Amino acid sequence: MGPGVPWYLAVSGTLFAIGATGVLLRRSPLIVLLSLEIMLNSGNLALVSFSRLFGTVDGQVFAIAVMAVAAAEVCVGLGLIVAMARRNLPLDVDLLRELRG
Amino acid sequence: MGNFLVWVIWILAALACLGTGLAVVSFSNPFFSALALIGNLASLAVLYLLASAEFVAAAQILVYAGAVMVMFLFVIAYLGGRADTPWAGGPGWMQLGALVAGAALLVEVLVALLLKAGGRLSDEAAVPTSFGSPAEIGKLFLTDHLLAFEITSIVLLVAAVGGVVLGTKASAEDDGS
Repeated sequence: MGPGVPWYLAVSGTLFAIGATGVLLRRSPLIVLLSLEIMLNSGNLALVSFSRLFGTVDGQVFAIAVMAVAAAEVCVGLGLIVAMARRNLPLDVDLLRELRG
Repeated sequence: MGNFLVWVIWILAALACLGTGLAVVSFSNPFFSALALIGNLASLAVLYLLASAEFVAAAQILVYAGAVMVMFLFVIAYLGGRADTPWAGGPGWMQLGALVAGAALLVEVLVALLLKAGGRLSDEAAVPTSFGSPAEIGKLFLTDHLLAFEITSIVLLVAAVGGVVLGTKASAEDDGS
């Protein structure tokens, strides 16, 4: 027997905190997207470990659906970043405040 | 002996996972961040394998570390690796607030784990060797989760069309204005 589910959840939670810090801290939208990927993956790790805990495969099915949605999100997010770069907007999420965000 | 080996591999993968995660957040060049994220995804795939999720691990390597990260690297190469220095000019209140928020999240998760969530996290179910195999996941996708499967395909299609629209329309509008 290897490490139990609480160890997986500890890694997952720490990874989620790292990703959330990156999303809040960084200004480049590319690195914000990369940190978002870390957060999604930590959620996937929690899903997989809970699936192992309860002995049902449904959690893994959900993890694969999350992966597909993450791929869609990357597609749209990178499209937005490329559109921003083409309009010569600054690639800095602190300077993009037309929407008062 | 096998038990010990599993622990060693697990600890190495977990440390690699956390280390590359920190590297993604702290590198100033997006290109290096993306490379660190590939390492993060690969070490997560090792953790999935140890949690008997073979198909998810394979999909992680193929879809994430393969396709999605190649897309990232193409866009980073297209935009040129512009450096982003979060600590330029000393830490301001926004940076401090971000760090405090991240630390608060970490403390919250760890406290919840230390309380053991009511002691229900330790009794793992016994699983057959076919647990997490492609056959079992495929069967679930085509029976219990058929609606989610179809909706996912539509979401991917809409995202692909949206990516194309976002990529082409911007230049056309720039010519007009």
